[in-house]
Amino acid sequence: QQPDPLITEVQTWASATGEGVDATPYGLPIEFEKDVVRRNVPWLTADPISSINFTPIHALDGTITPQGCAFERHHSGAIELRKEDYRLMINGLVDTPLVFTYADLERFPRENHVYFCECAANTGMEWAGAQLNGVQFTHGMIHNMEYSGVPLRTLLEEAGLEAAGDLADKWIYVEGADASSNGRSIPMEKALDDVLVAFKANGEALRMEHGYPVRLVVPGWEGNMWVKWLRRIEVLDGPVESREETSKYTDVLEDGTARKWTWVMDAKSVITSPSPQAPITHGPGALVITGLAWSGHGRITRVDVSKDGGITWETARLGTTQGDSKALTRFYLDTEWAGEEWLLQARAMDDTGYVQPTKAQLRAMRGENSIYHNNCIQTWHVKANGEAENVEVS
Amino acid sequence: DGYGLGRPALPEEIAAWDIDVRPGGQGLPEGRGDVFTGEEVFADYCASCHGDFAEGVDNWPVLAGGFDTLGDKDPVKTVGSYWPHLSTVWDYVNRSMPFGSAQTLEADEVYAIVAYILYSNDLVDDEFELSHENFAEFEMYNADGFIVDDRAETEYPQWRVAPCMQDCKESVEITMRASVLDVTPDQGEDEAAMSDAADGTSDAAAVTEVAMAALDPELVDAGETVFRKCRACHQIGEGAKNKSGPHLNGVMGGPVASNPDFKYSDVFLAAGADGLVWDEAAMAEFLAKPRAYMKGTKMGFAGLKKEADIEAVIAYLKSFDG
Repeated sequence: QQPDPLITEVQTWASATGEGVDATPYGLPIEFEKDVVRRNVPWLTADPISSINFTPIHALDGTITPQGCAFERHHSGAIELRKEDYRLMINGLVDTPLVFTYADLERFPRENHVYFCECAANTGMEWAGAQLNGVQFTHGMIHNMEYSGVPLRTLLEEAGLEAAGDLADKWIYVEGADASSNGRSIPMEKALDDVLVAFKANGEALRMEHGYPVRLVVPGWEGNMWVKWLRRIEVLDGPVESREETSKYTDVLEDGTARKWTWVMDAKSVITSPSPQAPITHGPGALVITGLAWSGHGRITRVDVSKDGGITWETARLGTTQGDSKALTRFYLDTEWAGEEWLLQARAMDDTGYVQPTKAQLRAMRGENSIYHNNCIQTWHVKANGEAENVEVS
Repeated sequence: DGYGLGRPALPEEIAAWDIDVRPGGQGLPEGRGDVFTGEEVFADYCASCHGDFAEGVDNWPVLAGGFDTLGDKDPVKTVGSYWPHLSTVWDYVNRSMPFGSAQTLEADEVYAIVAYILYSNDLVDDEFELSHENFAEFEMYNADGFIVDDRAETEYPQWRVAPCMQDCKESVEITMRASVLDVTPDQGEDEAAMSDAADGTSDAAAVTEVAMAALDPELVDAGETVFRKCRACHQIGEGAKNKSGPHLNGVMGGPVASNPDFKYSDVFLAAGADGLVWDEAAMAEFLAKPRAYMKGTKMGFAGLKKEADIEAVIAYLKSFDG
């Protein structure tokens, strides 16, 4: 072992001065991290305006997703809408149809909550078989942020729900201000439960691509319902059955019938490292296996990891004392790697007792023609050289 | 009671925004349109992406056919084969289409387009006229093809069981590998391209630099951002191909409709034959209001409102001359 010149010689950064405080009024990641970016899969859609990109979850840790690398999905592109030009209307079966400005929204009592937002199509390309070599692409249609906003219940009550009568069979319809408007129907029970009208994420204003200035947050339910640039909420006596809840975001079963209103995102987990984009580069010895788990039903209570493709399992350590409800939970398995081949899997459990199924279990239930709601156990083939590949196992 | 925030919504405001149409036809405006008219309107506004016969261009949605494929491998889900409610078609066309010019169609045009989509699916004959009066009578082919989410009954009981920890199966074999298909985007190339562009070292960047000698690089950069609105249909730069719109390499300063492999609308061909050239003035006028300047164009884009955007995008187009 030679003395390390990085230690024995005076380095430039230890002698010369660095950048001053006014160099970057709004900071960006240091240049050495410039590969930690959202990525697109060009063949997936007809054009990048109505498309999706993927969070680089292979390169992140903890649970909070920075807005700048949180996946985007637009149906007619991300729009620039000034707070001053923002209006939110509540109409339909309410006592007084109302219009709120952005400034009005900031005068209601507000709350902070951390929630995951997962596209219903996350892992959808893997239904038919292992297809994409990277956890960013197989599982990156997800992000997890702390939202600040007003409970939707507060706004609905401000407009008054006497006119709606019995709320048990009532719905709301929500739509955005962009050209797609992306309307979705939501049962009143959920609307009055934990839905949030949010204007901040991770402490700062929503980024344009996440719906600036205001988006809907629908905890535990598929991302398409989290309408961005939210402009209208209508109280109705039935669902609208709009494009995004009939022709899309429905799940074709084996016999050709389709499930609709499949809103909840079931419990799911994935190992983010090692993975195809995060190979083992340090050789044999101590190794941290880590990943993410989440459930639209509630809290993650346990994550198990298998190194042999599901023959034996060991329980991982949760990175937070206990997962937040409907939020990402980080897990770790602090282990040893001797250079052997592994078939790495993770399996999540939530506080309803739901255990993440295998791909075979899902296919037996739904066939192979579904796109959405693929929450199967993922397998990475870790090779002797430390590289990992997306595989499917028996 | 309440916080006293917000103000009452005016009837005109509700009428302007509350335009959703529901399965029973609630929300439909009065109007009518027949298949024949629909074919013309569809050709003008929809065919550039969805094809003359609703068969879909490139990766854009197919709207017709696919009947009885829903139980097959790779089902073809079209308006005809899959959509359960006619109201959804009307609502979506009216609210979100044409892509790039949403909410510019008249009610009668929407009725006509919907009638033509039904015709292209062989669900009506060519005499058919759709109106607010007969709308509710129409039953879609797959109206009964949906069930409400039943995971709580069919799936959850099976999977809410104590998980196996040891000897869970006898053996494990790899049955499929992603590397066989190899459809993962090449991230290495991404990054190389990114850093090349930043350093200005690649050949492409060098060529561009020469061409851009007379152009304001900041304006070109701004134009690149504006051009995102165009990228749905137009490619530009090295390897650009015709998509639903022609590629735009060398468009500035050249004759109108000069790309021999692209099927232009008649009005463009006529303008080209008359010797119209894409100089800055012509392009600026076209980009401000495409359909006013070039009546009959298939380009489904409402136009750029800001003069600065037009100037910037023209600079960007110029940077791909020659």
